[in-house]
Amino acid sequence: MTLALALPAGRSRPRRARGVLGPVGWTALVLVAAMVLLAALAPWLAPYPVDQQDLLHPYAGPSPAHWLGTDATGRDILSRLLWGARTSLGGPALVVALSLAVGLPTGLLAAWRGGLVDAALARVLDVVFAVPGILIAVLAVAVFEPGLTPAVLALAVAYLPYVARTTRAAARAQRDLPYVEALELQGMGGLRICVRHILPNILGVVLAQVPVAFALALVDLASLSFLGLAVQAPAADWGVLISDTSALLQGHPEQAVYAGLAIVTTVVALTFLGDRLTEGRPVARARKEKR
Amino acid sequence: MLTVSGLRKEFPGPRGSGTVAVAGLDLHLDRGECLAIVGESGSGKSTTARMIAGLLAPTAGRVVLDGHDVSRPARRRRDRLHRARLLQMVFQDPYASLDPRQSPGDALAEVLALHGVRDRAERTARVRELGEAVGLSARQLESRPAELSGGQRQRVAIARALAPRPPVIVLDEAVSALDVSIQAQVVNLLADVRAATDTAYLFITHDLAVVRQVADRVLVMRAGDVVEQGPVAQVLDRPAAPYTQRLRAAVPPRSDGARPGAVPHQVERNTPPCESS
Repeated sequence: MTLALALPAGRSRPRRARGVLGPVGWTALVLVAAMVLLAALAPWLAPYPVDQQDLLHPYAGPSPAHWLGTDATGRDILSRLLWGARTSLGGPALVVALSLAVGLPTGLLAAWRGGLVDAALARVLDVVFAVPGILIAVLAVAVFEPGLTPAVLALAVAYLPYVARTTRAAARAQRDLPYVEALELQGMGGLRICVRHILPNILGVVLAQVPVAFALALVDLASLSFLGLAVQAPAADWGVLISDTSALLQGHPEQAVYAGLAIVTTVVALTFLGDRLTEGRPVARARKEKR
Repeated sequence: MLTVSGLRKEFPGPRGSGTVAVAGLDLHLDRGECLAIVGESGSGKSTTARMIAGLLAPTAGRVVLDGHDVSRPARRRRDRLHRARLLQMVFQDPYASLDPRQSPGDALAEVLALHGVRDRAERTARVRELGEAVGLSARQLESRPAELSGGQRQRVAIARALAPRPPVIVLDEAVSALDVSIQAQVVNLLADVRAATDTAYLFITHDLAVVRQVADRVLVMRAGDVVEQGPVAQVLDRPAAPYTQRLRAAVPPRSDGARPGAVPHQVERNTPPCESS
């Protein structure tokens, strides 16, 4: 007689950080995803073209034809909000992507080389860090011309120190671990150790900062558009929608309120998401180590 | 094989007040020999190991490995790889010695590829061979480091050090972080590996019991100076220097009343393929 025991197939894998998000984190993630989806699908979802005027029906209230009403020139506010989401979310995404693209290598270089290189990079980053992002953007716009591109580039520079510093701190902690020294002693080059071993081990920590950086960049860019320095008026950016003062003076704050709500919702969701990601991490680590 | 002469390390302090971690050390290591460096914390034994391994630039002195002066850190790729094939190191902390995202098998394969084992099948065979040499099963080679015990991880670290077939391995407190039964297994493994491959060990430890089990000669350090050196039996049984006597007396007796520094501590040979933990 033989006794067969069923063994679970495959190796046991440590649980991913999924459980870390919690209900709050998940709600935030769904909200952010929904915003991104709405922005991406704006051309198909928006009931009207972004700049189609209807001068006979200015400041129309909510109706089946215009769910959120119309603005001073009879443009559909819902359509403008959806279209506006594209620059309002795309801009900060570019800012974060650019600052990651430059900040990750910079932070890794500083951590790997240490010494003079590290000190020099730290000083430069400190200087950039000390100047408010908005101010850098205002200067960039003054030198070039108002528009989304200079504003995005300027904010990317302003956000660079956040990414570079986080990366440097995390990579510095890995740098002196025996596994890195063992690879050095095996004759592996610094670039390969950084890219193949250190970067994957610190990426989670750095990427956990992304939602909050994204939220800050969103507010900064909207503020610049509000001031007329980034996205320009006929286009429908959330910042531009808020800055429509004629509507406000006429006693019609709806458009500004809707755009403001969109910004606040996204920023709050991103903040909670970032909070969950950064808070959850050490717990996940500790749990993993215990196994 | 390994000759170290006048090795010295000073760490600069504020306003010219430097700390001398190692004050001029000479040692010689022959092929297949095991030299232990013992001393209390801060005696400079780990600093010595790191300088010899090339992780720390010495203030003065020469490290000659197989006729090559390796006192300065290697810069070029060729030099780095050449040096890697002469000397490897095993570190104290088994929990930080492995990339947590890489399975032991992948880690060994990566190191082998670095040292020119291009063929995939040959690499797989060598990984299995290395695993067998240190008593790791195929399944353990595929698991994540987080799933392995401290002793198993240290076996992986030893396998990694063996991968480029270096004539010298520096073991920096390599068994100190393990509990006693696991420690005995790893010590036996190291002895077996030495017998099989004729690898020389530079064995850094503060544990005199382990020294007696593994080392041929011992060098006692205190505050950066060499206090005494000679064959293990002579230094541990009839220590000439008062410091060595005190160091020996400081070893607490084990539960069976034996002083492991003084009485040979018998352990079973034959390393089992995997440990229960």
